[in-house]
Amino acid sequence: MEFLAILVGGILINNYIFSRFLGLCPFFGVSSKLETVYGMGAAVVFVMTLASAITWPLQHLLLEPLGLGYLQTVAFILVIAALVQSVEMVIQRVSPTLYAALGIYLPLLTTNCAVLGAALLNITSGYSFIASVVNGFACGIGWTLATLLFAGVRERVEGPHIPESLRGMPIAFVAAGLMALAFMGFQGLFRGILF
Amino acid sequence: MSKSTSNVSFMGVLTEGIRQAPPFRLLLGLCPSLAVTTAMENGFWMGLAVIFVLACSELLISLLRKLIPDRVRIPVYIVIVATFVTVVDMVMKAYVPEMHAILGIFIPLIVVNCIILGRAEAFASKNGPLHSVADAIGVGIGFMVSLMAIGGVRELLGTGNLKLFGHALLGGGLPLEVVVMLLPAGAFFVIGFMMAGLTLLQNRQKKQAQRSVEHCTVPGEGAAD
Repeated sequence: MEFLAILVGGILINNYIFSRFLGLCPFFGVSSKLETVYGMGAAVVFVMTLASAITWPLQHLLLEPLGLGYLQTVAFILVIAALVQSVEMVIQRVSPTLYAALGIYLPLLTTNCAVLGAALLNITSGYSFIASVVNGFACGIGWTLATLLFAGVRERVEGPHIPESLRGMPIAFVAAGLMALAFMGFQGLFRGILF
Repeated sequence: MSKSTSNVSFMGVLTEGIRQAPPFRLLLGLCPSLAVTTAMENGFWMGLAVIFVLACSELLISLLRKLIPDRVRIPVYIVIVATFVTVVDMVMKAYVPEMHAILGIFIPLIVVNCIILGRAEAFASKNGPLHSVADAIGVGIGFMVSLMAIGGVRELLGTGNLKLFGHALLGGGLPLEVVVMLLPAGAFFVIGFMMAGLTLLQNRQKKQAQRSVEHCTVPGEGAAD
């Protein structure tokens, strides 16, 4: 039941885009085309799950016992950079088709605040190892869902019917705001049942 | 850019940095611009943290720019930035614990703020230490002012008053509390409309400039009428 709560919480209630504001640069960057959203989404889910699985033992089995808690930021970002790099190499070797689809998105993930954010939130929320991995996966799915939905909306708010100064990014922000309002409807979901 | 800045003054680089106003013009550093801007003061502290990290990192990267091998420069930059972020994180935790609690994970997340790596790569790796610090302070101030503007609008509309360091700036305040402005949705709205306002101003200036150019090139026309 706890894992279900984390899963639904990560995807809908504490959605990365609309309630936690993480991973916004790629959200606005890739959402202009549906195809790129699939590629980026798959890469985000994959790397976030793996990053959660690696940073948890790093924090609890290495940094904390050695009293090196202050190295958290440096250690996490280095591990994530190394992880992204090795994932890229493995995929390139194992599945060239998958690499062709994900290749250009993977390097961007090192400096994606969603990945580092997930790793840090797992620690501050006091999750267990499995809960961390579930949370990383759920948040990745949540990011992808938000970006997919937004890509659909964005196609409609482009064109000559938009006032000149609102065209492009400004109207995209307003549309994202309306979607954030809609996502607030999930806030009460599960209240009284799980929490 | 690298050569043209060599004869520009410290202040010239600084004001050019401010003019770029990161979240609006460059679309960089979006996450903290939306997440922490529920109040004007949050924007001030976030901006201060970013100015410190940016100035220290750009200074160090600029000093080391001839020593860092080209192929590993990004990991080196990340380690340098992460070190200064850790410093800021610990200092803020010690001296402004309430603000540290409000900004939360967005302080360690300065590491992955695209502004910092972007300026390191685009400016500090090609320019001398003095100009790099000027650029850092300029871009940092631009970021801080933008954050305070977004935070100010959200706080004013959301609570009806503005607070800075515990003092209410508008005596009795305004009789309005648009709570949605303090919610995530409000952040998107405010940034969207502020961007639209900036574009509107820009377009108007451009049109005026065009008109005055046209006016100058055909001076006889007005008199003939």
